[in-house]
Amino acid sequence: MLVKRTYEEINAKIRAGKAVVVTAEEVVSMARERGVEETAASVDVVTTGTFGPMCSSGVFLNLGQTKPKIKIKELYLNGVEAYSGLAAVDAYLGATQIPETDPANKRYPGDFNYGGGHLIEELVAGKEVLMEATSYGTDCYPKKKAEKMISLEEMPQAFLFNPRNAYQNYNVAVNLSDKTLYTYMGILKPDLGNANYSTAGQLSPLFNDPYYATIGMGTKIFLGGGIGYVSWFGTQHAPEAPRGDNGVPLAPAGTMAVIGDLKQMDPRWLRGMSFLGYGASLMVGIGIPIPILSEEILRHTAVGDDEIFAPVVDYSEAYPQGTGDTLGQVSYAELKSGEITIGERVVPSAPLSSYPGAREIAAMLKEWIQKGEFMLSRPAFTLPATNEGVDYMKSVGPAFSE
Amino acid sequence: MRQKLVLHFPSTVVEQPFVYHLVKDMKLMVNILKANINPRKEGRMVVEVSGEKEDFLEGVEFLQSRGVKVFPLEQEIVWVKEKCTQCGACTVICPSGALSLKRPEMEIQFDDDKCIICEYCIKACPARAMEARY
Ligand code: SF4
Ligand code: SF4
Repeated sequence: MLVKRTYEEINAKIRAGKAVVVTAEEVVSMARERGVEETAASVDVVTTGTFGPMCSSGVFLNLGQTKPKIKIKELYLNGVEAYSGLAAVDAYLGATQIPETDPANKRYPGDFNYGGGHLIEELVAGKEVLMEATSYGTDCYPKKKAEKMISLEEMPQAFLFNPRNAYQNYNVAVNLSDKTLYTYMGILKPDLGNANYSTAGQLSPLFNDPYYATIGMGTKIFLGGGIGYVSWFGTQHAPEAPRGDNGVPLAPAGTMAVIGDLKQMDPRWLRGMSFLGYGASLMVGIGIPIPILSEEILRHTAVGDDEIFAPVVDYSEAYPQGTGDTLGQVSYAELKSGEITIGERVVPSAPLSSYPGAREIAAMLKEWIQKGEFMLSRPAFTLPATNEGVDYMKSVGPAFSE
Repeated sequence: MRQKLVLHFPSTVVEQPFVYHLVKDMKLMVNILKANINPRKEGRMVVEVSGEKEDFLEGVEFLQSRGVKVFPLEQEIVWVKEKCTQCGACTVICPSGALSLKRPEMEIQFDDDKCIICEYCIKACPARAMEARY
């Protein structure tokens, strides 16, 4: 029996409250027990989730005009600079920006207690922040200085727009040198003291749709506790990374840019992070529903942690110098066990991405869909699966007429 | 009374049987919360001592007379659950196993009794969910 479903059919079932939805964790054991064919026949949607530090994140803000009006040249929010080389009171605040006053790594390793990520969390939590804006003054925008407390509610518009999130696979970071390293992959103790990894494995969105058969521009997702959309393929999207027989990339591969209205998000799923000796960041919660349009799509969602492999990379030399060398591959099942083997050495492993958080997001999304509150959207085009990119002239979205 | 104490042992006295005397002679209950004792090196122990006040004071005097430095445990490491993102990053940093992951759920658990108050987790936790309290 050949399984074929369209977005329209799935949405009709969701609307009727009859859609069968399981999480990307549940589908693994289901498919192992009943087989892929039978599982594909019964399941309409598989929900995924990830909750991890994603540095390439930020918000576009419109601060609302002052009287008289101002065209902001330099803008600080709680001392953190937001880029304001846009129209009058528009700005972009990046997650890793730190206040000018932060000593950074002059006092090594720097604490980075506050930065763009923390500011975003505070805004979403409804807190007021100090806005300090300066300008040179024009005939149309005479004001040269504005200073006030401002909250998200007072801003006419604010949307999260992250250029690179939810990396499909990522390095396992280790340290071969004899000194401690402070990285965006956490603290790496000398001489293979630990191995840090950073994806949710079998629950992670792009591991469940390795060739981007369903995820693309316009896919409706769980973003930061609210609703968002995949807006583009992300920066550094590299679909032609080496892949295993099951199609899952063996190295960092696909990425996506996502967008969503900040005002409906939840500070629980947008958390400011401080990485010792590295900087500030933002932990972002993302969940993507995968419509089971075919058996093939279900087969990919049913891949478990023991079938997903990540490259082990030395962050004392290979990563900073960009040599491309790896120390081999380990499975996410091994990584999650708390110990991996590198050569002859047994090395303790730890995640940076929250697996319980990922599981909760997948479960929440499942519930929204089961209740008929969350419809799936058909993307305008799927993330490019080759380096050729997208043929924008021809793109009509996947699996519509079937 | 019941109190947590930090005991510092100079290297010369490390191998003497202190706890035995506290229990046997002073009828104190001694719960060793953490111990870092190595032969011929300085040692550190965190204990919870309970018993009658007089016995307790006698015990402290006894320890001091033998060259052991006794401090009240002023500091405590707390895990602020609401701030914790359940990432797990601290588990390879914590040297005592006080922070560990429950598997297969991958949920973080903090075991106060195992904590040796090294404070490594405080800055290692990206969410700043570990705090020192005095
Ligand atoms: S203070 Fe040290 S022993 Fe205690 S939880 Fe933190 S890292 Fe572990
Ligand atoms: S590092 Fe911090 S946030 Fe992460 S699990 Fe440990 S206590 Fe929780």
